[in-house]
Amino acid sequence: MTTTSVDATGRVSGGAAGPSPAAPGPDRRRRRKPPGTPQTWTAIGFAAPLLAYLAVFYAYPLWRNIELSVHDYTVRAFVLGNPEFSGFEKYAEVFASDSFGTALLNTALFTVVSIAFQYAIGLALAVFFRANFRLSGVLRALFLVPWLLPLIVSASTWAWMLNSENGIVNSVIEAFGGEQINWLTSPDTALTSVIIANIWLGIPFNLVILYSGLQQIPSEMYEAASLDGASARQQFWRITVPLLRPVSAITLLLGFIYTLKVVDVVWIMTTGGPGDSSLTLAVWSYREAFGTGQPDFSPAAAIGNLLIVIALVFGFLHLRMQRGWEKS
Amino acid sequence: MNNTRLTRLARPLAAGLAAVSLAAAAACSSGGDGGGDSDTYTWWDPYPQHEDGSAWAERVDACGEEAGVTIERTASDTTDLTNRALLSAQEGTSPDIILLDNPAVSTLAETEMLTSVDELGLDVSGVDENLLAAGVVDDQTYGIPVGANTLAIYYNAEILDAAGVDPASITDWESLTAALGQVTGNGDSGITYAAIGTEEGSFQFLPWFWGAGADLTQLDSPEAEAALELWTGWLQDGYAPDSVLTNSQNTTWEEFLTGEFGFAVNGTWQVNSAAEAGFETGVIQIPARNGGIAPAPTGGEFIVAPAQADTDRYEVTRQIVECMTTPEGFVETATTFAYYIPPTADGQEALLEAEPELEPWVAAVREAKGRTSDNLGTDYPVISEQLWTAVQNALSGSATPSEALEQAQADAESAME
Repeated sequence: MTTTSVDATGRVSGGAAGPSPAAPGPDRRRRRKPPGTPQTWTAIGFAAPLLAYLAVFYAYPLWRNIELSVHDYTVRAFVLGNPEFSGFEKYAEVFASDSFGTALLNTALFTVVSIAFQYAIGLALAVFFRANFRLSGVLRALFLVPWLLPLIVSASTWAWMLNSENGIVNSVIEAFGGEQINWLTSPDTALTSVIIANIWLGIPFNLVILYSGLQQIPSEMYEAASLDGASARQQFWRITVPLLRPVSAITLLLGFIYTLKVVDVVWIMTTGGPGDSSLTLAVWSYREAFGTGQPDFSPAAAIGNLLIVIALVFGFLHLRMQRGWEKS
Repeated sequence: MNNTRLTRLARPLAAGLAAVSLAAAAACSSGGDGGGDSDTYTWWDPYPQHEDGSAWAERVDACGEEAGVTIERTASDTTDLTNRALLSAQEGTSPDIILLDNPAVSTLAETEMLTSVDELGLDVSGVDENLLAAGVVDDQTYGIPVGANTLAIYYNAEILDAAGVDPASITDWESLTAALGQVTGNGDSGITYAAIGTEEGSFQFLPWFWGAGADLTQLDSPEAEAALELWTGWLQDGYAPDSVLTNSQNTTWEEFLTGEFGFAVNGTWQVNSAAEAGFETGVIQIPARNGGIAPAPTGGEFIVAPAQADTDRYEVTRQIVECMTTPEGFVETATTFAYYIPPTADGQEALLEAEPELEPWVAAVREAKGRTSDNLGTDYPVISEQLWTAVQNALSGSATPSEALEQAQADAESAME
């Protein structure tokens, strides 16, 4: 089959148009109908609900977010609807702010460290549960608990466990002769604390996806490998890891986007504090918009847009990598 | 073939959608339901703890019945309420009445979304000036306080007895710190308060800040530094727990109720809970630096009426507001909540007749000072954010008190430009 115009057929109604609309030929039945015929309208009719949904729930919020960020929305202007256009002034303010460097670094640390541990522990558990032993189903289900709990519950529980004076973590440390650690209230450990809580929260997600990825690797591969005398370690590195690569990539990408926009855990545990010491970009955005008595929607939207750009960059990076694997 | 073509399309689309959902998260919104038909009046308040059928809900309903309409009440928490009010005003769906935290009144008034008391035809001459101040913007009054509360120091009488501290001897910062030393020396914990990085943190710091003679327009004054050094010193000496940094006022109170603390800074709203505590409690006023009572910030809600497209509704709105703000209405509110001091002299007298033990609180409210007064208005939230940040930075040790306050003053100035 020849394809001269992939782009032309890539439209919404492309599926009905056939593979080679550009080539006029005897095969008239499969040619694209001129616009306006009932069939085209039916096609549009079927696509309309989706398009309307996309417009209302995706395009509009995005447009509104950009609009908020390029205007100077004071509270007064927000209500009266007459903000001054400020171009990229709000972005400049965000970049020039003292908090920006801290927030960017914290976001990078929070995301990378969280994902690294979530993925490593999730994979280890997935491999562990692959060998179906007694009670493995029950145990696996138990590992899903962090996912099932409402975030307000788990984050508050973590905040309570890490409390300086009467938290259970410190009482264990002190029972072994250690010194009290001010987990949430010291600028040195606040970020570490929220990362630990976030890792715990993210393990189930990694476990579930990687476990289902493991199910797709045929067990004959392992049998053949063990007949050839491959050790468990070799089986892991030579079979599991390469065959799991596409699943790993999507897990990491989703984990990245998810972690990038985490607000609730950090907000409940430290509100980004003390000072800015556990402030991430997402928390900063929330703080500007809703965290104070004076909502500042414009810088909040600017920070939000920055996050979208970061997520997009990594999304496209993922696509490129995947294309590379498909070629090889 | 078709498949690869599809996936080629689908992938960027999926990645795009995933990213866009971030935007949806960032641009949060919630619909408001305001301005319904002529027999239903909408009412928002920040008391979600009072459910339908509670004494408070019934009282609201009764005021509606008196005016011949049905009141539809929606409750949400304080911060959320301010945001919802702004969004509803922007959408033109404001409720008829909001009970709003007092520092937010000037912010909302500045957006022209509120009606003034003159427009509604309400009389506010009887309301204490220090309490009404939070609702005054450019000589116009936007709303009436439905009641006021403020801060004082609760103490655990048993712990103080054991340590040999006489609460009456605490008259200034020095004697308070000395008392804390005695209590901790006796093996108990000293004092707990809320220094959390939110408005509550500023609210609790202000009595000390003002008690030192500092002014909110100059955050890095030597007086302000003295107040912050007092708090940092308590932490360093072990008189206050490190958890104050993440304590909300409720958490602080929970700590106090464990019976391990000698003192706790908290508000009028804990009067009932203190009476039911498993130990004997008492109340002293927060001392100023060199003696006397420190001005504590006023808390409590204003009853405000957002502007409506249909101005005929104001007549009924006025009746509902009046029902809530008569002397009897004030006392009823006070007793329904057990923590509201009426904002008028008549109301206070009537309350004291019913509950004489609230006397120290009535005195404290008369001394109290509005956070947005001193003509700060909408500058207050900006300053307050810097103030609680400075408190957090100093108490956590990321900066010295003077560094933290200098930074706060610089940031507040640049934010108000």
